[in-house]
Amino acid sequence: MMETQVDRELLEKIADLIGKPVGAFNIRKDCGCDGRESTEHIKIDDRTDGHAGIDIHILDGTKGETCHIPVIITKSGVEETVYNDFYIGEDCDVEIVAGCGIHNCGDQTSRHDGIHTFHVGKNSHVHYSEKHYAEGDGKGEKIFNPQTIVYLEEGASIQMDTVQIRGVDSTKRYTKIVCGKGAEAVITERLLTHGHQVADSDMVIELNGEDAKGRVISRSVAQDESSQVFRPCVVGNAKCFGHVQCDSIIMGHAKISSVPEIAANDTEAQLIHEAAIGKIAGDQLLKLETLGLTEEEAEDRILKGFLA
Amino acid sequence: MLELKHISYAVREGDSELGILNDISLNIDDHRLVVFTGPNGGGKTTLAKIIMGLVKPTGGQIIWNGQDITDLGITERARLGISYGFQQPPRFKGLTVRNLLTIASGNEKLSKDQCCQYLTKVGLCANDYLDREVDASLSGGEVKRIEIATILARGSQLMIFDEPEAGIDLWSFARLTETFEQIHAAGTATMIIISHQERIISLADEVIVVGDGELRHRGSPAEILPQILADTLGGCPVLTKEGAAV
Repeated sequence: MMETQVDRELLEKIADLIGKPVGAFNIRKDCGCDGRESTEHIKIDDRTDGHAGIDIHILDGTKGETCHIPVIITKSGVEETVYNDFYIGEDCDVEIVAGCGIHNCGDQTSRHDGIHTFHVGKNSHVHYSEKHYAEGDGKGEKIFNPQTIVYLEEGASIQMDTVQIRGVDSTKRYTKIVCGKGAEAVITERLLTHGHQVADSDMVIELNGEDAKGRVISRSVAQDESSQVFRPCVVGNAKCFGHVQCDSIIMGHAKISSVPEIAANDTEAQLIHEAAIGKIAGDQLLKLETLGLTEEEAEDRILKGFLA
Repeated sequence: MLELKHISYAVREGDSELGILNDISLNIDDHRLVVFTGPNGGGKTTLAKIIMGLVKPTGGQIIWNGQDITDLGITERARLGISYGFQQPPRFKGLTVRNLLTIASGNEKLSKDQCCQYLTKVGLCANDYLDREVDASLSGGEVKRIEIATILARGSQLMIFDEPEAGIDLWSFARLTETFEQIHAAGTATMIIISHQERIISLADEVIVVGDGELRHRGSPAEILPQILADTLGGCPVLTKEGAAV
């Protein structure tokens, strides 16, 4: 496990992992399992339906535990679709850290499509974070196409944080969260593209139960010739509250399309959307320059803060 | 010492040239508190921005501690010990008050206690503000006070404040004037404050009235304040004629 420097660096980048994770974990490397541990309350097993991937069962009442399921691809030409299903019991409070790192120094495409489905039981809270990172100077493309589907039962909640900063040539992301009564979904998305990279993100939060809440906070930076498309959508099917907020900084010759959507099918649904695209304001740069930063340092600081 | 030599600034308006500043020469000795005052549009802010490098003069020289800084950029001037508090500071999505104070101080390990000292001096409580983003959720007065705190954190040899009182409530204003007095008493920094407030003007070693792009008057507050009041009352010929001005 974690044999090479590349492995170690990738794991640290995507899951802040240094050494063996604490709690339950499954490390997938180049289509194989590179380490797994279940705990008393979190069981990780191979799937039985023939698909690549794992089933994770978290027992009722599990609190304060973490589950790391990072994926690393270190060989050029590895392309995979992996299905991970989470079954989270009632009254849990757990942290799940996913993420995928690709190191591709070859000329063939490396692609990871992670299909994650969460079934979150009554009154459980899940903090789910997912970082995507790619590196390598070969000509081979580095591609991620993640899908995340979440079902929140009554009173359940998920805080989903996704981060993709540099290195990923192409990503097509799909996220869907279905909220039951009193359930709450918060998605924060951070994305930076550069070069000729493309990113496409579709999100739907369905607020089906009374007093359900949904919030999307998306911040992105598009540099150089890269392009991004966002389509976050909150649907209110009951007395509920939904808020979509998309902010993007555009630079160079990049292109950004931001299409927030709210749809109400109930008179008690209260939905708001905001979207803004703009370049870094000149007065922000000037202010930081008066504090001693160069223009490049000021730009970097503004972008880091924006995506933090 | 700061020396301005024959500073001019003009902008083109169609075929003609409009002079904003006309041949201004001025020396400011170390550790002095100098207030620039005068009518709106008279050139005070342009002059202050020229010192910081935010505006490039069309003529003249700026000498700072014996070095000609006329052609230096903002960053280089900042690193030579000049700082500038904006009249209308920008907001930053994603940068917190702590981030800005850290950048300003140049100390990546700036402690909460140090941040607290800077914020207290502008009438803000660190517990309420340190981790807040300097974005649209803050009021104009709050952003302004944070702006002044960044200048305090920077601790430059020359601090320029452009209308620090604008948008600030009376209670915070009192705290702010105390802070200016303390900096002045410590004798560690030169301050140029653009202000219209009698309370701030009265703190100055020297008051410089800038109007129509020129230095109209220079003197102590005792000399200049009566002139300002006289100019203010005589400012409207209609009112004076009708006897409405008292």
